Amino acid sequence: MIRFENVTKVYDQQARPALDAVNLEIDRGEFAFLVGASGSGKSTFLRLVLKEDRASSGTVYVAGQNVAKISSWRVPRLRRGIGVVFQDFRLLPQKNVFANVAFAMQVIGKSRSVIRDTVPEVLKTVGLEGKENRLPHELSGGEQQRVAIARAVVNRPGILLADEPTGNLDPTTSMGIMGVLDKINQNGTTVVMATHDDDIVNEMRKRVVELKNGVVIRDEAKALYTSMIPIVGQSRRLKDASGREEIPPPSPAAYSDDAGEEQR
Amino acid sequence: MRLAFILSEIGSGLRRNVTMVISVILVTFVSLTFVGAAGMLQLQINQMKGYWYDKVQVAIFLCSDGSTASGCATGPVTPEQQDNLQRLLESPAVAQYINDFQFESKDEAYKHFKDQFSNSPIVDSVTPDQLPASFRINMKDPEKYQIISETFSSQPGVETVIDQRQLLERLFSAMNAASLVAVSVAGVMIVCAILLIATTIRLSAFSRRRETGIMRLVGASKTVIQLPFILEGVIAAVVGAALASGTLWAVAHFFLGEYLSKQYPDTAFISPGQTLILAPALLILGGSLAGISSLLTLRRYLRV
Ligand SMILES: Nc1ncnc2c1ncn2[C@@H]1O[C@H](COP(=O)(O)OP(=O)(O)OP(=O)(O)O)[C@@H](O)[C@H]1O
Ligand SMILES: [Mg+2]
Repeated sequence: MIRFENVTKVYDQQARPALDAVNLEIDRGEFAFLVGASGSGKSTFLRLVLKEDRASSGTVYVAGQNVAKISSWRVPRLRRGIGVVFQDFRLLPQKNVFANVAFAMQVIGKSRSVIRDTVPEVLKTVGLEGKENRLPHELSGGEQQRVAIARAVVNRPGILLADEPTGNLDPTTSMGIMGVLDKINQNGTTVVMATHDDDIVNEMRKRVVELKNGVVIRDEAKALYTSMIPIVGQSRRLKDASGREEIPPPSPAAYSDDAGEEQR
Repeated sequence: MRLAFILSEIGSGLRRNVTMVISVILVTFVSLTFVGAAGMLQLQINQMKGYWYDKVQVAIFLCSDGSTASGCATGPVTPEQQDNLQRLLESPAVAQYINDFQFESKDEAYKHFKDQFSNSPIVDSVTPDQLPASFRINMKDPEKYQIISETFSSQPGVETVIDQRQLLERLFSAMNAASLVAVSVAGVMIVCAILLIATTIRLSAFSRRRETGIMRLVGASKTVIQLPFILEGVIAAVVGAALASGTLWAVAHFFLGEYLSKQYPDTAFISPGQTLILAPALLILGGSLAGISSLLTLRRYLRV
């Protein structure tokens, strides 16, 4: 679904590259965490997938397409296939929950009846039934992030990119959000999430790609936030961490809809 | 759906930026009024040219009682002098330049004068004696006026030779200068309008950067993102252009039609209807100026 071939991104000739010869493939339907210290290139990775920036060298493939070859007037079509969620929610303050989600459909020309049918359905998926008419400032942070997720997935993108979606939330609320993302992933959407939140990564036991100074230093399936045995190498899925006993696998309740402080 | 969405975006943009939108309307209004005024002057010049050029002639005025010109040393023109002049006009040397000529006696001159100034009190104070008799010459080529002038000015019995066309040219060049001034003012004002539109669109794009950022992320097309901003500028400019067109029409109707044409009944003024020819030009000019300046602004200030 997403493939990076030897991708280097240089913002500033003087500085080191933000991404340095990254080779990575994320398959359809996968859930992958992108971890690493601040400035390690996580957001840059996501920006390259969105064609917000172009790679300095190497090739980025999204859904089989070389994004460098997508002409500028077809970039919107690429972006319709990708949902994005940010740490700061980015809701429209004067629009209510329903209108915020509907906005994503209006701007790509969906008909009113389709919007009327789809939005409540998506709001239900993210656990916001009954809050359609609230304004963003009348919602908790966790609820606002759910609105943002609803907006990101309302057009049924094949990929969901999340850049520190739990960065502003407390641990319980964060787990609620993770439940939503997991559910979306289970419906077939490929999810890539950049995060600093070790609890979440450890709880979820998904694929972890660790970046350091723009280089992939770890790529592990069902992994933890920090590797027990650090492996410096580029090939993917080197290590299956499922054999570790000391950390219990996440309880199913952790990613169900019922977790999180915003639940009534 | 998308159209309704774009329209509602335009509506909210205009509402959010009311003061800037009003200033764009006023600036385009004033600048296009000047453009239109220049256009009206040109229309008026053409109208007068069409009306007068067939009629105007070279006139050889003959000496009358009070004449002081050197050719009038012998007093008012004598019948012999007049015959001489007529023969000269008929001679091949002169006849090749003229279509025809007519003699206008003092009485005829008085009659024409009365016609021309029928509603002016000056008519009552003029008598036929005060008006000179003249030969009215219709030139084949009005540019050859100099030949007639040289041939006749020094003839006895001739007071003066006048090219009426030159009198008109002087008027026209004054009107041309006025329209040039109008165009220059319009030019400066148009620069103002363009800069103001650019600033307005920039502010508008800035105040809605959250919306446009989201639109971009969810894959809205460039058109859907940019069109509301561009149309905002275009609508404001078109409103300004419509006001300018209305003003020009009002000037033609009330000032030219009801005031000046009564003052100068012998002058053919342009009709209010003719100014409406200018309206589409002003609307297109205003709209495209706004469209282009907002497009260029958005290219710099709005990522899509
Ligand atoms: N637009 C930009 N112009 C110049 N340099 C940039 C730009 N964006 C990012 N960088 C640089 O690229 C490097 C990687 O940045 P990036 O935002 O990808 O890091 P990150 O892993 O997302 O960090 P964080 O966890 O703090 O969000 C950093 O050194 C940063 O300074
Ligand atoms: Mg980042």
